[in-house]
Amino acid sequence: MTQALDPRALLDALFILVLAGFVGYEVVSKVPTMLHTPLMSGANAVHGVIVVGAMLVAASADEPLRIVLALIGVLLGTINVVGGFVVTDRMLEMFRKRPDPKGEDRS
Amino acid sequence: MTTLEVLTFLVYLVSGVTFILALKFLSSPKTARTGNLLGAGGMALVIAWTLFTTTGMLEHWWIVLVAGGVGAVIGVLGARRVPMTAMPQMVAIFNGAGGGAAAVVALSEFLSSVKDLPTNAPLLPVVPMIATLLGAVIGALSLTGSMVAFGKLQGLIPSRPVSLPGQNVLAAVVLGALVVLGVLLAVVTNSIALFLVFVALALVAGVLIVMPIGGADMPVVISLLNSYTGMAVAATGYVLGNYALLIAGTLVGASGAILTQLMCRAMNRSIFNVLFGAFGTGGGVIAAGAEGEQTIREITADDAAVLMAYGKKVIVVPGYGMAVAQAQGPVRELMDLLLAKGVDVEFAIHPVAGRMPGHMNVLLAEANVPYDRLKEMDEINDDFANADVALVIGANDVTNPAARTDTTSPIYGMPVLNVDKAKNVVVLKRSMAAGFAGIPNPLYSEPATAMLFGDAKKTVEALVAGVKAA
Repeated sequence: MTQALDPRALLDALFILVLAGFVGYEVVSKVPTMLHTPLMSGANAVHGVIVVGAMLVAASADEPLRIVLALIGVLLGTINVVGGFVVTDRMLEMFRKRPDPKGEDRS
Repeated sequence: MTTLEVLTFLVYLVSGVTFILALKFLSSPKTARTGNLLGAGGMALVIAWTLFTTTGMLEHWWIVLVAGGVGAVIGVLGARRVPMTAMPQMVAIFNGAGGGAAAVVALSEFLSSVKDLPTNAPLLPVVPMIATLLGAVIGALSLTGSMVAFGKLQGLIPSRPVSLPGQNVLAAVVLGALVVLGVLLAVVTNSIALFLVFVALALVAGVLIVMPIGGADMPVVISLLNSYTGMAVAATGYVLGNYALLIAGTLVGASGAILTQLMCRAMNRSIFNVLFGAFGTGGGVIAAGAEGEQTIREITADDAAVLMAYGKKVIVVPGYGMAVAQAQGPVRELMDLLLAKGVDVEFAIHPVAGRMPGHMNVLLAEANVPYDRLKEMDEINDDFANADVALVIGANDVTNPAARTDTTSPIYGMPVLNVDKAKNVVVLKRSMAAGFAGIPNPLYSEPATAMLFGDAKKTVEALVAGVKAA
């Protein structure tokens, strides 16, 4: 928490917050409805990056309670990140373009 | 700054860019999978970098190995085994896990900061403390909220809105207590006991908020909770001074928020109405009265097959019933047969058909239906008038014409598919029970409508046999 004390760090964080927020808004506005389920699950996988935070907690764990918390954090974070990406990939794999039997010209 | 720190920031930058590309590439089915793999690659990079460069990791690597190993196995098994119909529940679980992790990280940061607090400094700095509190409260709320959403979609908890007596008062008390405790913790005392009570209350709040929401609205709730977890991750990222968490969390927080907004707009309801409207009190029970008095016409599978085989254009309207019955395979077969007979077949996909936006697209893609045959509502709504047959497979509320005309209907104003404009409407349905939202559908008593009762998969298979014979 100490590294967040510097006002400069707060301003940096504010810049990232605002700009990343806009990027997220713009990028997602362009996703078609048919890909909204993979989008939800893909975005879900991205916030699985929390596992990195849990790893940092693990690295600095100096008492039994914080070790237990680190174990839980890494476990939950890994479920989120691994499950998220695998399930999204499984969905997107189905969206490969396939030959349209007959009637391609009429669609 | 040491070289290692500089490199660490560059790794965060690279991974941040891959996360943005992962979402950007989702704008087309052609690039979507590449984008997801790219995001996974960026994620692997930042995880590996953290594992190998963090000070102190050498003593605690076993924590990451054990918990990460178990988590990876659970994640892969869950993601691979889940049937496509249960996808919304699975996303809810993964989302809850992320929220729980964020809450745990925030709690642990708080504990270590309090311990290191010099005796002459009375309180932790306010701004990082607020971020810690936000990470803990939003993460915890997202954890239990997602679990309730999972339970409702999985049928473990009644999917109808559950309202306990005095529920609103209770929820207001809990939320008020959260605000008071949060202010106390930020500016008055850094008590560990109080922080634990704060987290416990947030867990309760998650249950209280989601419990009164009907199962039909769960997709919106999951999308909202997804956004919440993103915000919790961003908050903890700020506390840890970790830009990878900050960028990814904000990205998801914003994208989840707009997705939630898009879903609400598709139903013509506000997010406020979704969260507090206790929508759909009927929940799958036969809506007596209006529904009971309807005169309906039944049709046999063979007659319906002839109707389609000798038509020029058939529009299929899939809904959750198709997903439940796993009828997408036979539906594809039906499409192939009709196309071979020179009948044009298209699919009309309502934005909220199924239990998630795009749910039908995923299922039909699984069954090898080319995605350019799937039309969005605005694109196809005018074509219903030219369709000889509209084949409704397990969809209900999204075809309800009352949404256009009946101002007293709970779904009045929701954009619906103009199924009733087709020359013939064949509705495949399990029974006359009302839809997920518990609203009667006057479409069924229209003269052009014929009902075909039974399990969607068996019925579609009968239609396939009928078209072959026709």
